[in-house]
Amino acid sequence: MNTASPAGLRRPDGPAKLTGTARYAADTPAHGAAYAILVGATVPTGRLTALHTEAARGAPGVSAVLTAEDLPDMPLGPLVQPLPMRRSRNGAIDYEGQPIAIVLADGWERARYAAGLVRADYADTRRPVVFDEAPDAVEREPLLSPPDETKGDVAAGLAAAHTVVSATYTTADRHHSPMEPSATYARWDGDRLTVHDSVQSIGLTQLALSTAFGVPFESVRVICPFIGGGFGCKGYVWPHQLLTAAAAKVTGRPVKLALTRTQMFTSCGHQPTTRQTVTLGADARGRLTALRHTSANAASLHGDHAEGATEASTWMYASPAIEVRRRIRHTDRPEPTPMRAPHQGPGMFALESAMDELAYATGIDPVELRLRNEPETDPLTGRPFSSRELRACLLRAADRFGWRDRTPEPRSMRDGDELIGWGMAAATMDTFRFAATARVRVDADGHVRVECGTQEIGTGLPGVIATIASDVLGTDPDAVEVRFGDTELPPAWMTAGSSATMGVGSAVYAAATELKEKLKELGVSGMGFAGSLGAAGFLEAEAGWGPEEGSDLAGRSRTYSMHTYGAVFAEVRVDDELGLVRVARCTAGYAAGRIINPLTARSQMTGGLAWGIGQALLENSRFDGYFGRFVSKNLAGYTVPVNADIPELDVFFVDDHDPHAGPLGAKGIGELGAVGAGAAIANAVFHATGKRLRDVPMGIAEVMAAGAAR
Amino acid sequence: MKEFTYVKAPDMAAALTALRRPGAQLVAGGTELLNWLKDGIEAPDHLVDITGLPLTAVDVGPHGRLRVGALARMSDLAAHPEVARERPVLAQSLLLAASPQLRNMATIGGNLQQRTRCPYFRADTPLPCNKRTPGAGCAALQADDTAQHAIFGWTQECAATHPSDLAVALAALDATILISGPGGERRVPADAFHLTPEEAEPRRHTVLAPDELITGVEVPARPSARLSHYLKVRQRASYEFAVVSAAVALELTAGDTIGSVRIALGGVAHRPWRLTAAEEALRGTELADTDALRAAVAISFADARPLPGNGYKVELAQRAAVRALRAAARPEAPDVHRAGANGGPR
Repeated sequence: MNTASPAGLRRPDGPAKLTGTARYAADTPAHGAAYAILVGATVPTGRLTALHTEAARGAPGVSAVLTAEDLPDMPLGPLVQPLPMRRSRNGAIDYEGQPIAIVLADGWERARYAAGLVRADYADTRRPVVFDEAPDAVEREPLLSPPDETKGDVAAGLAAAHTVVSATYTTADRHHSPMEPSATYARWDGDRLTVHDSVQSIGLTQLALSTAFGVPFESVRVICPFIGGGFGCKGYVWPHQLLTAAAAKVTGRPVKLALTRTQMFTSCGHQPTTRQTVTLGADARGRLTALRHTSANAASLHGDHAEGATEASTWMYASPAIEVRRRIRHTDRPEPTPMRAPHQGPGMFALESAMDELAYATGIDPVELRLRNEPETDPLTGRPFSSRELRACLLRAADRFGWRDRTPEPRSMRDGDELIGWGMAAATMDTFRFAATARVRVDADGHVRVECGTQEIGTGLPGVIATIASDVLGTDPDAVEVRFGDTELPPAWMTAGSSATMGVGSAVYAAATELKEKLKELGVSGMGFAGSLGAAGFLEAEAGWGPEEGSDLAGRSRTYSMHTYGAVFAEVRVDDELGLVRVARCTAGYAAGRIINPLTARSQMTGGLAWGIGQALLENSRFDGYFGRFVSKNLAGYTVPVNADIPELDVFFVDDHDPHAGPLGAKGIGELGAVGAGAAIANAVFHATGKRLRDVPMGIAEVMAAGAAR
Repeated sequence: MKEFTYVKAPDMAAALTALRRPGAQLVAGGTELLNWLKDGIEAPDHLVDITGLPLTAVDVGPHGRLRVGALARMSDLAAHPEVARERPVLAQSLLLAASPQLRNMATIGGNLQQRTRCPYFRADTPLPCNKRTPGAGCAALQADDTAQHAIFGWTQECAATHPSDLAVALAALDATILISGPGGERRVPADAFHLTPEEAEPRRHTVLAPDELITGVEVPARPSARLSHYLKVRQRASYEFAVVSAAVALELTAGDTIGSVRIALGGVAHRPWRLTAAEEALRGTELADTDALRAAVAISFADARPLPGNGYKVELAQRAAVRALRAAARPEAPDVHRAGANGGPR
């Protein structure tokens, strides 16, 4: 089925997924299990004073209705999102949708129906605090770089500037909306707990569960064969996972829980709205004299989630003076969480829009402006770049797109009712690296098996693993069996932050290399060695890899400025009479270290561009500040791009090799693709219409107003 | 879930009898009813399946009159060669609605009975909604979240719009909805089928009584049907309800002068909103005279009442109407899937 070719390896799990035989958490056979549905608070603030569960308890098939009083104390491990049902023991309601009860029944539909019969009384509700009204606050325990970073004298740089541009940009609340809603199946066997879950880290889930229930780490097994999309919302551990295991414990029965699509909008995070201001000063030749970038994002009342929107502004462009400031605003809403692409996704929309504004203010071509500000070393820290091929991305993508034929004046291209615009933006993403271990085994018949406790989140990681192992061992990649998604396997960390190829890939590389050495010691060369592996009939090696000493908690280098880069060019067609923007074509070039599997790497980038188109034109989870809730908790009201929104995408990678990121020379790609398209499209809309739209997604009303500005 | 009985009606009489039971609800394609059941909008005791009734035919009568059975699938009607050729607005309104999968299931009669997409009406938790619970109030107006709401025919009780594309096209074609009930058959003009909250309490979505059912739709033969167009404005290129839509059917005299015209708008009221004053004013107007078209259309907007969040719709709807007028006059206009306003990238 799979054929290795220069084009890349087809994903080994593809046929199973296409034919519907791939098993996801909710598909786990669960004989004798109770089906669980969470009941959520219908108000965003106040106190729960009474729960009326009689009707639900009496509904057909219902075996139990659990409330906070029924559940054990569950201490929270690291990266576990606050468990509000515990808080509701003293009645506090922190957000609409907060779990207040669990209904268990002999079928999912019956549980769902009974959940609708639970009634709650609330007191002391108040008008919700919303983003626009909340004051700026500093994170209590910053997970990222320091909130404020400064180099040089920005005021002096702006005073000395020939041209200054300054504007405020906003990005909307967005929901991950994977096809597969989160689902957890938990079964206790004495003090041993087995959980089938849809998570981006089985290890973190294992840790959270063992902490919550006070059982040894080894007593908890987490299995996650496949994930139907995560995009960040299955990264940390969320209340429904612990509640499922708790319900199984107190009822003495296996419990299977699936979040409804509606609950996906309140139960496992969202990308919070940001409000950012970028101020750029430049000399007459367009070289930056100062860069200031401030950002505030919505956080929950008790949470600390910060979008690192300003971070890339410290490494993107040479400037003698840089100042960034990151703030959060506590509001009455569910907890936000990282979403493809966190940090640089919202941040680069603002910075790259501002760079386009500067290009127009100085009369310098936007590509040329970026080339003139290309730094030699990290602009903030002075560290060397581990690899940085942004220049090649810009020049080659411009060439492929045909940028030289662009007429820079806005409203200079038209086709019938449509204005045509060309815009571009640079892209960058941070490099997170996590430790991993892997075991590689070869049987006497040459069969190779790679085992790693990682997750397949849809990116094609098994193909990457097979490619790496077969490259080292000199076997056919189709013959490599890859096992993953089980805490019984050698541990790996999260499949998040575009880190898997570096962490897991490097561990597989190390284990395969060790195995090859062992084979050499046995005098075995090539893979036709039946009988030469002794009585065991197989040989195996286990090895690990992790970021070097001194890296930060997220595996970010403190020696090098280590990032990925790209350039995105977009053509839009704007019907400014009707307020419509359609992306007509897109060219994007990326530099992300060595590309292991070109086939699935390309899919990552085209998928990322679709996310960027969603950011620019569609995705906006409106938050109703009166009732304190997301307005449309379904995929009709929260619109993600469909095929008709995605044009031909011309994606390529430039040669890049980062020897400092890991032994493979590879870096991460999954999130990079979702960076840059938003600004490229907004810049193209400016070119088409002459109107700068600084709030995404761009709505019909705003684009119509652009038409009026002619 | 709540238990209900299910009966498949063998004939019309049985269907009407079954419908008279309290708590009875009719089901055909099920694409909308299942949403209601899941969202708690309806909780019937009895489901009456009418898919066994002989109402699937699409017939063209001797004088070109089109008669569509209520159980014809959206995809079948859209693909009917006579429809695409003789009544482009009808085929376009169907093909621009929903998704292929839904169009293969959803029926013509059911399409007309879709309920509003107001997110407060469709909310997962009980929010004040006079369409859900009479007298409860209107959450959308309370929250001042009205970007998608009506600019005509709304009241302080309800400002929802109806979502059917097909209904708008039928209004432009002067179609008639055929209804059967205990009292026999009756005919209702397509633009009088839906009820605005000005006409009836919000709980009543259409003129259809609980014990009545739609048997079909009749579309008269008119020369204007050939020069017709459906323009759908929406943020997503496909698979989204209209923000605003415009259906136009027109007759030209002496080259490019408008003889008679019917214009209906979607997304602006809780029924297809006819621009009758504009239709009158457009008689004798040169199609090439965009300013005159614009001025005539504007007459029908003198009484528009935008809400704080949807002022843009007043302008957008007029622009859509003018654009649809121009497009209707050019039947060779690009097909629906290529038009920028209607479809995706080229």
